[in-house]
Amino acid sequence: MFLSIVYSTLLLSSVGIVAAVVLFLVSKRFYVYENPLIEEVEDILPAANCGGCGSPGCKAFAEKLVNTEDISDLFCPVGGNDVMKQVSGLLGKEVAEKDPTVAVLRCQGSCDVRPKTSEFQGPSSCAISSLVYGGETDCQYGCLGFGDCVDVCDFDAMYMNEETGLPVIITDNCTSCEACVKACPRDIIEMRPRNKRDLKIFVGCLNEDKAGIARKACAVACIGCSKCVDICPKDAVTMTGSLAYIDPAVCTLCRKCVEVCPTDSIIETNFPKKKVKVTKQAKA
Amino acid sequence: MAEGSIIISASPHVHSESTSRRMMYDVLIALIPAFIVSLYVFGLPALVMTSVAVSTCILFEYLIQKYLLKTESTIGDGSALITGVLLAFNLPATLPLWMVVIGSLVAIGIAKLSFGGLGNNIFNPALVGRVFLLISFPAQMTSWPTPFENTTKFVDAISGETTLGIIKEGLMYGETMSAITQQIPTMTELFFGFTSGSAGEMSGLALLLGGFYLLARRVITWHIPFTILAVMALMTGIFWLADPEIYANPMIHILSGGAILGAFYMATDLVTSPMTKKGMVVFAIGIAAITVVIRLFGSYPEGISFAILIMNAFVPLIDKYFKPRRFGSRIKAKIV
Amino acid sequence: MLKTFPKGGIHPAENKITSAKAIKRLAVPKVVYVPIAQHIGIPSEIIVDRKDKVKIGQVIAKSGGYVSSNIHSPVAGTVTKLDMIVDSSGYKKQCIVIRTDQKDESNFQEPEFPLNREITMDQKDILQHITDSGIVGLGGATFPSHVKLDLRNDNKVDCLIINGVECEPYLTADHRLMLEKADEIIVGIQILMHALHINRAVIGIENNKKDAIRVLKKAAKLDSRIKVAALRVKYPQGSEKQLIKAILNREVPMGGLPMDVGVIVHNVGTIFAIYQAVQHDRPLIERVVTVTGKKLKDPSNFWVKIGTPVKDLVEEVGGVPEGTRKIVNGGPMMGKALKDTDVPITKGTSGILVISEDEASRQQTKPCIRCSNCIFVCPMGLEPNLLMDLSEKGFYERAGTEDIMTCIECGSCSYVCPSHRPLLDYIRFGKSIVKKLQVAEN
Repeated sequence: MFLSIVYSTLLLSSVGIVAAVVLFLVSKRFYVYENPLIEEVEDILPAANCGGCGSPGCKAFAEKLVNTEDISDLFCPVGGNDVMKQVSGLLGKEVAEKDPTVAVLRCQGSCDVRPKTSEFQGPSSCAISSLVYGGETDCQYGCLGFGDCVDVCDFDAMYMNEETGLPVIITDNCTSCEACVKACPRDIIEMRPRNKRDLKIFVGCLNEDKAGIARKACAVACIGCSKCVDICPKDAVTMTGSLAYIDPAVCTLCRKCVEVCPTDSIIETNFPKKKVKVTKQAKA
Repeated sequence: MAEGSIIISASPHVHSESTSRRMMYDVLIALIPAFIVSLYVFGLPALVMTSVAVSTCILFEYLIQKYLLKTESTIGDGSALITGVLLAFNLPATLPLWMVVIGSLVAIGIAKLSFGGLGNNIFNPALVGRVFLLISFPAQMTSWPTPFENTTKFVDAISGETTLGIIKEGLMYGETMSAITQQIPTMTELFFGFTSGSAGEMSGLALLLGGFYLLARRVITWHIPFTILAVMALMTGIFWLADPEIYANPMIHILSGGAILGAFYMATDLVTSPMTKKGMVVFAIGIAAITVVIRLFGSYPEGISFAILIMNAFVPLIDKYFKPRRFGSRIKAKIV
Repeated sequence: MLKTFPKGGIHPAENKITSAKAIKRLAVPKVVYVPIAQHIGIPSEIIVDRKDKVKIGQVIAKSGGYVSSNIHSPVAGTVTKLDMIVDSSGYKKQCIVIRTDQKDESNFQEPEFPLNREITMDQKDILQHITDSGIVGLGGATFPSHVKLDLRNDNKVDCLIINGVECEPYLTADHRLMLEKADEIIVGIQILMHALHINRAVIGIENNKKDAIRVLKKAAKLDSRIKVAALRVKYPQGSEKQLIKAILNREVPMGGLPMDVGVIVHNVGTIFAIYQAVQHDRPLIERVVTVTGKKLKDPSNFWVKIGTPVKDLVEEVGGVPEGTRKIVNGGPMMGKALKDTDVPITKGTSGILVISEDEASRQQTKPCIRCSNCIFVCPMGLEPNLLMDLSEKGFYERAGTEDIMTCIECGSCSYVCPSHRPLLDYIRFGKSIVKKLQVAEN
């Protein structure tokens, strides 16, 4: 009885020792040298693996940062300037400084203002529906409403508002990785600068159609009336065809254009309340 | 979206009549002849056992989906029904009913739903249920009722033995095949199914009838069943020719031990079989070979359930390596 | 046993309800909307302006490059505007809008074209005429014909195949054309054989059009080089690759063209257009369109001017019936669903199919039961179930190596799927991404 205990103990231990030796030898044999800097850089990066920098993940981006001479055109949008500054300190290379940005949705075509004129049957995906036709509404520029952007967001910064049929961006969570910008087949999500109180003014429409057609398709469409262009004291608004665009670099957030817009297609966010506009609640 | 508004979808805009539900019910229809024979031979116990298996399979699927997985119920698609019938067909008609319930639970809960439900299971659920019972309760699972006895009442005393069981045992005690042949049913009895065995496996005729119905309805193709039977006949035939005194005739092998049930209904299970024709042939050869090896050299008299389960595990690999030939991949420009 | 292609294929209900209806001429519409992108390739360049007067057959948009095509005015009238109009792609595209001149007699008097069998032009002239007349493949692919006929680099072509298969259910435009214009089609084939120095032509027709086979066989007796091949009815036999395989048993290599196996394929409609262009100097301004649907009052075949709104055509057969949920440009297997009936008829429109409520909706998608039917019916030997999975999950590179790009989008997989899975939707999406990736790589 006693011997059998001894034997089995010995047997198990020797199996363990042999396995340990084999593992040790193998790990020596297949050891890959890695620049320890890469790991240090990786520790600084946010570890979100979102791909916002253009590399497939934080590890790949760290390698790129360490191995490239000039990293001034590389940027981690999630970590922002803080992280890039730390990377710069560690590697002793110059990094670019960028203003923080946040995603905004340039479409206000909710179900009640932009009636659906057809029904799409097929996979619930913006990309697939956009291969088939211009969308369930008569506006072929606006949101398709299947939420491809929500699906790709890794940071819980977007959700689908069932009532309006439009995605909503939770500004606090947005890391400006631009995954949604790439996912949207209509290019209606734009990165705009983020200031302290998150004040933004932008045209919430991409409809290039002429006034009558645009208005018929959607009650809050930009009709190209140019009133915003005329009133803007800084010439921040430009008109391409019949669609206005507010250049965030020039705009001083004076809110004059918001007041003159006849179709309420210019969106202001987080300003102290002047008057309540129904169509803007969804955005805030 | 407005009621009655124009529908936009990508082509094609028409669809064939075929639905997965329809395919499932075709399988059920194909199983009717074998069920009738089973009732005729084993009587009431077979009916009770089958109804218990079917109802518990459906019940377990419903309960697990409702309370554990909290997903939409899929009992309407008929797949749980089929699992129940096939499980029952693979069990002795007099098996204690609580064991049948365990078999259903294993088949539906473990083999099917834990893998993600219909379409995602790797192993044939009914066979997993059967093999689980076979390993857990070997005595009860290998005691079969004698045909045409006690068809109206339930008895504990069970005597029957399957053809392959008799052969295996006889050979073990050193008897010769010619002596054993006296004790087993004749070919005709085997073909019509008047023998003992699992509830639905005995009647070659009834199973073939259903099998041809499935082929005609294009639910299955000939590749799996015919290859299994042909390769089994070939392999057992070679051994039989080498020494007919210790190896059984290939006809016995095909007509007994659930070979036809396995070939036409279990191995052809759409979900757990390969998807290409080439792959199906490879899969079928594997099943036949493993079955023959188990039957002739293993300790179990019958082996097709194990063979199918083993080959089920190879299906993803087979699918990966046996692809259909792409149009235009073999360039053979015949220019006159 | 009749010939057909060996691999895959399906046999949907034919529903050729208009096959006995002679081709009627649709009244000239009041306004035509002529898109400038009616063909595969570079859109044409508009060469008219607002308020310009145009004559019938006048070039209003000229070819924008090599793979492009001229576009001619289908009516005499005035250009009222150059506007963005939703076309069959479902998007707004540049269109030339022309108001028909109600006083101009050329609009209402159809010129007579007596059969002209004598081929007087030489090769160069013929090809030039085809190029100038804006002829594109009328089977639906709308590939500019002159590109197909341009055999500058080593000409190995020994056989011309005429596609009279019309394997799409419902459509009968080609069928009627073959019945009514058999002699012209034979002359058209002779023109092409003359121009390309080919001594063999085969007209492929499915056996559900026995009358067309008979008529063309009779017409082809004049020329021993032209044969008519009756084919077993099977979809998608009208696809070039499948048709070549069925008739000549030659297999176009993956990623290759029919030319690689010494074959050129043209649709019967294209052949007739070539005949008109070469023998009568008539550019492509009209085509045969089948207007069909089970609930329509009087479904029929029509000669329709390019640019006619679908609305005019549907009204001619009794208007859109109550309960219509889907209007398709083309056949039920490969056609595009239209959002409204303002969409204009283009060179590629072979039919308008009106589908009522009971057949319009898709069924609910169920999980794949791995029944392999999609693999069995795929004429290209692909695995649609796998390609759908890869596209859905974003494994585009793997989809590329599984030959997703060889898919001809025939829709057989979606048609047979018992679980109603949108296989082709995902495959088409995967193809679009793989294509983008391939372009990015090069």
